[in-house]
Amino acid sequence: MNKIVKLFITFISAITLTLVTVSTSSAKVEGEYIVLGAAVSLTGKYSSNGVHTQNGYNMAVERINSKGGVNVGGKSYKFEIIYYDDESNPKRAAQLAERLIKQDGVHYMLGPYSSGLTKAIAPVTEKYKIPMVEANGASRSLFTKGYKYLFAVLSPANQYLEVAIDLAVEKNGGKPVNIAMAFEQDAFSQDVRLGILDAAKRTGSKITIDDKLPKELNDMAATLAKVKATKPDVLVVSGHTKGALTAIRQISEMKVDVPMLAMTHCDAAKLSKQHGKKSEYALCASQWHKNLSYKDKYFGGGKKYDKDFKKEYGYAPPYQSAESSAALLVFKDAFERANSFDKDKVRDALKATDMQTFYGNIKFGPGGQNTAKPMILFQVRCKGDTCENKVVAPTKWASDKFYHPIPKWSERG
Amino acid sequence: MDFLIFKAPILMVQASMDGILLGILFALIAYGMALQWGVMNIINIAQGDLVILGGYIAYSMYLAGIHPAYGVIVSPIIMFFVGWGLYKLVINKVVDRDLFISILATFGIAILMQQLMNFIFGADVVVAQSEFGTTMLFDNSVTLPNSKIFSAFISVLFAIALVIYMKKSKLGRAIRATAQNARAAKILGVDTEKVYAATFGINAALCGVAGALISITFTLHPYVGLPYTVRSFMIVIVAGLGNLPAVAVSGMGLGMFEEFADYILGTEFRIGSVFMLLVFILVYRRFKLSRKREYLK
Repeated sequence: MNKIVKLFITFISAITLTLVTVSTSSAKVEGEYIVLGAAVSLTGKYSSNGVHTQNGYNMAVERINSKGGVNVGGKSYKFEIIYYDDESNPKRAAQLAERLIKQDGVHYMLGPYSSGLTKAIAPVTEKYKIPMVEANGASRSLFTKGYKYLFAVLSPANQYLEVAIDLAVEKNGGKPVNIAMAFEQDAFSQDVRLGILDAAKRTGSKITIDDKLPKELNDMAATLAKVKATKPDVLVVSGHTKGALTAIRQISEMKVDVPMLAMTHCDAAKLSKQHGKKSEYALCASQWHKNLSYKDKYFGGGKKYDKDFKKEYGYAPPYQSAESSAALLVFKDAFERANSFDKDKVRDALKATDMQTFYGNIKFGPGGQNTAKPMILFQVRCKGDTCENKVVAPTKWASDKFYHPIPKWSERG
Repeated sequence: MDFLIFKAPILMVQASMDGILLGILFALIAYGMALQWGVMNIINIAQGDLVILGGYIAYSMYLAGIHPAYGVIVSPIIMFFVGWGLYKLVINKVVDRDLFISILATFGIAILMQQLMNFIFGADVVVAQSEFGTTMLFDNSVTLPNSKIFSAFISVLFAIALVIYMKKSKLGRAIRATAQNARAAKILGVDTEKVYAATFGINAALCGVAGALISITFTLHPYVGLPYTVRSFMIVIVAGLGNLPAVAVSGMGLGMFEEFADYILGTEFRIGSVFMLLVFILVYRRFKLSRKREYLK
């Protein structure tokens, strides 16, 4: 008897569950809202950048909605985002993507934070043919898999520091240079490394040190001692925020003199704030800077975005926020051009994107990467104890002159 | 680059010094681990996270405008009570149980601590500035950050203080007695419960010192505790329990080995090669042990 009752309850709950699932599975456009889905890292090790991503998305949603929304078929729609916290965990991110698509019925996705999590989600969105515009996965391997529904507004990782090598060669009177490099052993940093290898080949430069730092390593003393001994023309370091902070700390403590130091993740690491004058003259790759002269009608230019963002969230927007905002501008543009909510038509419209946003020009290459926007380099420069990032390359947007070579430690105050 | 280290032998000095300074700091963490492993038979997976928490205490002082080096005094005091509390809350329930249960329990503590630290201090990588400067040797060709020298010095100081304390004080004697035979100690009137709590507290305090030192020499992040756990575990395995000089030598030895592996094999192999060495040591030990056993037969 008891068994039958249990069976009955199970049966009823199964039916209820199915009904609930079915009833919510047409949520792509609800009333006047276009529903987008996003799994971002609100807890776990990427939580600070996850929050920057979410703030970027929210800022753009508010702005687009308040400025007339999205016009499709003569009617104005508003954006709405369903968020889930992926806990900085790739497995969780993939599960949440499934959930967003299958249970919440989302037909359009925004990317998570970091290459690793984007890699976890992309196969899911691809399987269900859901267009995803992502703003925080730069790893080259995302764009070589032949994904058809993945679009990235940012430049791929291998372009991050290529410009720096060109700059070093230029400063060396067009002659090849000696490059020392230290990269963490993770997908992103190794992609940056591939870009340097290409640039070295193209310019005929020689790589004298090629260290691959283990992920758990927090001591670069051996690498830097080698750099001291071989005296390269340029030192390139990439290892996320930990790598950037460790490098500056130990370069200054070990008094390593190099004419040029190029790295990634300077602004994420708040390098100029945490290390102050020690980080001066470091050259940093960035996707975006507020001083660039790109414009759009929603955010105006970079400086206006910076101001508005500060007012809304109380801190200066890192490039992770800017690119996230740009992702929504891309979606809006694609919906209007497709003039439909059919996800394949939207996908085709995304494919044909060619526009300018405050964040930069956006046009997608065959793999889904943005090919229209160059990476920029800024240099940390200090006046007294306050340090600022000054754009120094490419020359078209350079607000300041590139300071080269870096003065020796014995000559620095 | 065929073995830069042989072309520029001065690098050997640099590598040795870096290895030794690094090793001493790790040895301090390992000593704490060996102590409570020996006394309570608990392998503490949360060791590294206790270190990071200690680091964050020093970092908080730095943010408040106090020099982070004072963290080596404040951090162990706070951490002692954190350790004591952890013992009373969790560890006392697993102390006489299977080793596996204690590993699971401390693993749980580790995850909880990581998330809490992430919640309180944020997920950014942070550093505290000591502004200690640099010591230059051999016409600037060997440069040693004073923060690392300071760390090694403080580590040695605390280790010596602890040894004396264990030898001379009443609690120290009780701890040693409990380590030798908990039941006998209990019969002879030692309050083993208190001894266990104190041991766990002392271990946490040592982690607090190490953490404060790490905040000025390396970087802090809520999720970087595990490498410290693994490294101290290795040092203890090589050195054995309850043998401070062996822990110190093994810490420095592994540190130096790692630095030299970096120069000769390449940076990507430095951690892997340390693990290889560990395997060799364990196999060699087993080999020696089995020979002895056969002889006894």
